[in-house]
Amino acid sequence: MNLETIKAEIEANVPGCRLQLVTNASPCAQHSLLLDAEHAVSVATYLRDAAGLRFDFCSNVTGIDWPQREVSEKVKVKKLVDGVETEVDEVKKTIVPGYLEAVYHLFSMELKHGPVTLRMCTQDRETQVHLPSLMYVWRSADLQEREIWDLYGIIFDGHHDLRRLLMWEGFVDHPMRRDYVDPDDFEYEPTAHDDVLRRAQLHAAETGGQ
Amino acid sequence: MGGEKARVGVDIKGPMDEQLKAELSKQGIFTTSLQELYNWGRKNSLWPLNFGLACCAIEMIAATMARYDMARFGAEVFRPSPRQADLMIVAGTVTKKMAPQVIRLYNQMPEPKYVISMGACAISGGPFKQGYNVLKGIDRFIPVDVYIPGCPPRPEALIDAFMTLQKMIDEQHLTGAGRPRHLTAGRPSEFPVPEFGAHDLEPASNPDIWQAPLVQISTAGNDEPGDD
Repeated sequence: MNLETIKAEIEANVPGCRLQLVTNASPCAQHSLLLDAEHAVSVATYLRDAAGLRFDFCSNVTGIDWPQREVSEKVKVKKLVDGVETEVDEVKKTIVPGYLEAVYHLFSMELKHGPVTLRMCTQDRETQVHLPSLMYVWRSADLQEREIWDLYGIIFDGHHDLRRLLMWEGFVDHPMRRDYVDPDDFEYEPTAHDDVLRRAQLHAAETGGQ
Repeated sequence: MGGEKARVGVDIKGPMDEQLKAELSKQGIFTTSLQELYNWGRKNSLWPLNFGLACCAIEMIAATMARYDMARFGAEVFRPSPRQADLMIVAGTVTKKMAPQVIRLYNQMPEPKYVISMGACAISGGPFKQGYNVLKGIDRFIPVDVYIPGCPPRPEALIDAFMTLQKMIDEQHLTGAGRPRHLTAGRPSEFPVPEFGAHDLEPASNPDIWQAPLVQISTAGNDEPGDD
């Protein structure tokens, strides 16, 4: 299945949807489709129901945390150096704001093809973390979307029962986020090293000795 | 039959002479003490609580089946209710979400009760020690009698731990300083159940029964390549 033909087909049949082909440059070449949140449910329903596609099985849903990062690229800039205009390499740094992403893997049991990978991005990592739930398109997304809410903090609008799955009610963090700080209960490690050693030394300094 | 004669040389106030006991048993008279009878009864009908937490539980099940046959040691009846159990085998990873339930089950068991901490996870968190949702050892909340290392320990190891526990019970005196916990007034048989906090269990451990072992960090962390 060629993802570009799928993309063209969806664009022809779901009016107004904004799809983006995310290419994967690595040898596996598993490209994916980035959906816009507004039309995600109708695109998903089309993928499931269209005669030539029939993606009736959502095998996996997962989350990704993209923290804010700095991208530096080399730009050639023309500058006057000693009165002569020359090209100088300059490093331009831009800050890409962080966001969260949900990834869906689709297969067709009926037509025996796949996978097709769908992505959806939130606007940021703090407050604009809503995405539409695809649970009513593929029921297998039910628990997995709950898990993503639990571990990454994406709120799936329209999910029928968005409770924490692995952690308890009342837990406030999302442990799979990059900036999660786990509770400091490394009081004891027989062969401390790296991070654990640093923490143990910190504990030792606090308790004075030992 | 000769009541007057038999009493000669026996100090009925003190513990019975082992030699005399052996002599009497040769003559077909079985003597025992309350302590021996009590310990014999306790150690040979240790009924475990029927629950498992992870892969160690599979080894525990194997230990009860025909090949390893825990029934030989009086532990064939796994009780589905804590009210009827004597022994808690903490077999597997204790997640922080599960820990309060495990402690609540322990509290519901009647005395005398014992705990075997089976496998690396129940001892210390094991390979998941640095996970966000794994309790770093059940002994932070309840007292453990026997630890079995292994990942998971083989059924033989569980049987060995079981026999170790039986030996411990058999050697206990019912009076004096070394008497079991349930015969010591004032020692707790229930332990506080931690609450689910915003980031961790609250409290994260019970300081009355668990203190972090003191480790010499300067030597423990000194694993840089040497000068020599």
